[in-house]
Amino acid sequence: MPHVTSDYELVIRPTRGWFHLDLAAVWRYRDLMFMLVHREFVIKYKQTILGPAWFILQPLMMTFVFSVIFGRVANIPTDGLPPMLFYLAGLLGWNYFAQTFQSTSDTLVANSNLFGKVYFPRLVVPLAAVISNFFAFGLQLATLLCFWVWLKFFSASGASFGFSPAIVWLPLLLIQIAALSLGVGLWLSALTAKYRDFVFVSPLIIQLWMYATPVIYPLSKIPPRWQWLAVMNPMAMTVETIRYMFLGRGIVILNYLTISAAVTLCLLVSGIFIFNKVEKTFVDTV
Amino acid sequence: MSRPIVEIESLSKRYRLGQFNARTLRDEVRNLGERLKWSRDNSGTHGGKSDFWALRDISLSIQAGEVVGIMGRNGAGKSTLLKILSRITSPTSGQVRIRGRVASLLEVGTGFHPELTGRENIFLNGTILGMTKAEVKAKFDEIVAFAETEQFLDTPVKRYSSGMTVRLAFAVAAHLEPEILIVDEVLAVGDVLFQEKCLGKMKEVSRAGGRTVLFVSHNMGAIQSLCRRAVVLEHGRKTFEGETEPAVRYYLAQAHPDPLVQDLSKCHRTGTGEARILSVRLVDDAGIPRVNYSMGEPLNIIVTVDFPTRVQSPTFGVNIVTDAGLMVADCRSSHYGFKAGAVKGTVEYQARIDSMKLYPRTYLIEPWVADAASIADFDWVRSAAAFQVTCGPNFLSGINVTGTHGVAFIPTTWSLRETGQTPNRDDACSAKSETPPLENVPRG
Repeated sequence: MPHVTSDYELVIRPTRGWFHLDLAAVWRYRDLMFMLVHREFVIKYKQTILGPAWFILQPLMMTFVFSVIFGRVANIPTDGLPPMLFYLAGLLGWNYFAQTFQSTSDTLVANSNLFGKVYFPRLVVPLAAVISNFFAFGLQLATLLCFWVWLKFFSASGASFGFSPAIVWLPLLLIQIAALSLGVGLWLSALTAKYRDFVFVSPLIIQLWMYATPVIYPLSKIPPRWQWLAVMNPMAMTVETIRYMFLGRGIVILNYLTISAAVTLCLLVSGIFIFNKVEKTFVDTV
Repeated sequence: MSRPIVEIESLSKRYRLGQFNARTLRDEVRNLGERLKWSRDNSGTHGGKSDFWALRDISLSIQAGEVVGIMGRNGAGKSTLLKILSRITSPTSGQVRIRGRVASLLEVGTGFHPELTGRENIFLNGTILGMTKAEVKAKFDEIVAFAETEQFLDTPVKRYSSGMTVRLAFAVAAHLEPEILIVDEVLAVGDVLFQEKCLGKMKEVSRAGGRTVLFVSHNMGAIQSLCRRAVVLEHGRKTFEGETEPAVRYYLAQAHPDPLVQDLSKCHRTGTGEARILSVRLVDDAGIPRVNYSMGEPLNIIVTVDFPTRVQSPTFGVNIVTDAGLMVADCRSSHYGFKAGAVKGTVEYQARIDSMKLYPRTYLIEPWVADAASIADFDWVRSAAAFQVTCGPNFLSGINVTGTHGVAFIPTTWSLRETGQTPNRDDACSAKSETPPLENVPRG
């Protein structure tokens, strides 16, 4: 904390505020954030043989399973796209969301020992998870591009897909997914701190949520009059849009994108609020 | 002096016990009705069996550069106070103004990760405690030198011995440069040497660095050697504030209310019950009960025991233990060939410490009575009484010594003699050899 001037004054009072987001404090602790990101990597793949290769293998295996079960057995259409690319593109956004959600949802409980002993802006920990998962996203993106190039130029289905110019908006979409997973993760983190029941709920949520999201089916399979309901799930539009960006197929409507962004914003703001509220006193009850 | 660096104004902290601590969703649903009622009556004055006030109306102001000790028995609220000051939990009412950067050391090694190497952990721990990466880098060599773990820097901490981990952790914490350092009983870990090193470092930080230190300890010696001012907490309230010496005296008197009649019923005790220790008294040679003894003074420990049945020649004993739990001596009658014969009913045995050969510190007394043959304890009472050793004016020519010099004072005789020719010897030294040998035999 070297940035504090000598006339700095901190007042500790009973908490009354509703929404308190001290981004300046988070920024002061950016070094800690990057140390935590570093820690995530090191401990995740210590004593594994394949190490970061798991980032690539895991979505590839899922893609394979999806192709067999949903593509061949259940015959769910893929919008006329090569199934391999359809699932890989769908999983790109989804996996980033799911992984970030998983690592942020137990922030408070997993770090209760640390939080009970030393002060730093608690938001640093989930933010570090959001950042460290970008790395996995990058590796998956590279995998997708490899298959994209291979199928585009060395297979018969090459003509059926192509980049959309909208791909320049990919970073924005990624930020939305990050915000969403942070918001939902903070919610679950706060709830888990209060009620341990949610330890069991989080994995369930993520499983069910995937089926509510057009990862294994295209949005076009949903009847148009029900689509507004489907896009209330903010992940629906992000997954569908990512697919549209890379493969040029999908339903991307500005209205839907607006709904998705609005829901994301609500979840993020309420997530930060509930997290702050619980974080202030949770060390007393853990 | 200018405005105080820490200003605590009628600070209170309430914990809700019982149903408010509900953990499961089911309990929560069951208590929903109650909770709704609660939120309507959330004036803050709501009392009840489920409330526990860990802190009640604490006010205190601390000037920059002061070192303040905080004393109190377990549950007096010391840790809660430090937790509020370090922003880990928030108060129920009142407020604190802090005009400086705070670093708190509530536990050594917070945030160490076993899978990471020593080097990685130094950076992680440093940033957790509030340093920037650049600051840690600048202090890195100093930290490593202090911890003496140079050759293990690239080994995961999980392969470290616990002593090494603690050294490394304290080294990081000691090199923080906050304006206010909050330390909670970290001296309880580690060996005596390590404790000395920590204490030395803390002294350096406060004296040379001019930092403000808030220090919680059960080690009266540490508090006396480090702090000028101290505060005593009792059941969440501040009951004493002032200079360290009277504060320690107050605290000891409060912890062991009446040295004449001890209430031993609440003490932890073990034994077969063939004898029951009723009371312990500490008196000086004039028979006056006291808890403060200067080095070299005699101390009489008088223990009253009841033997419900006839017991053949029991062994009487008194264990002397430091406040940090270190066993100093197991004084027993059998070592002196003392034979009691057959005893029955209430008796009183007395152990006289002829000369207090202990360094200034708080010591606890554990009286015990055991079977002479099998050494099975009839009764053994822990922390039955306490006494304080101070540095006496009639001892060591009044030279000031403290608990940092060790536990047992071993009288030594000093001398200096010439051992022949040494090249490059300077004149000052040879001049010294003309004086008679140094001698310092303590009276006592």
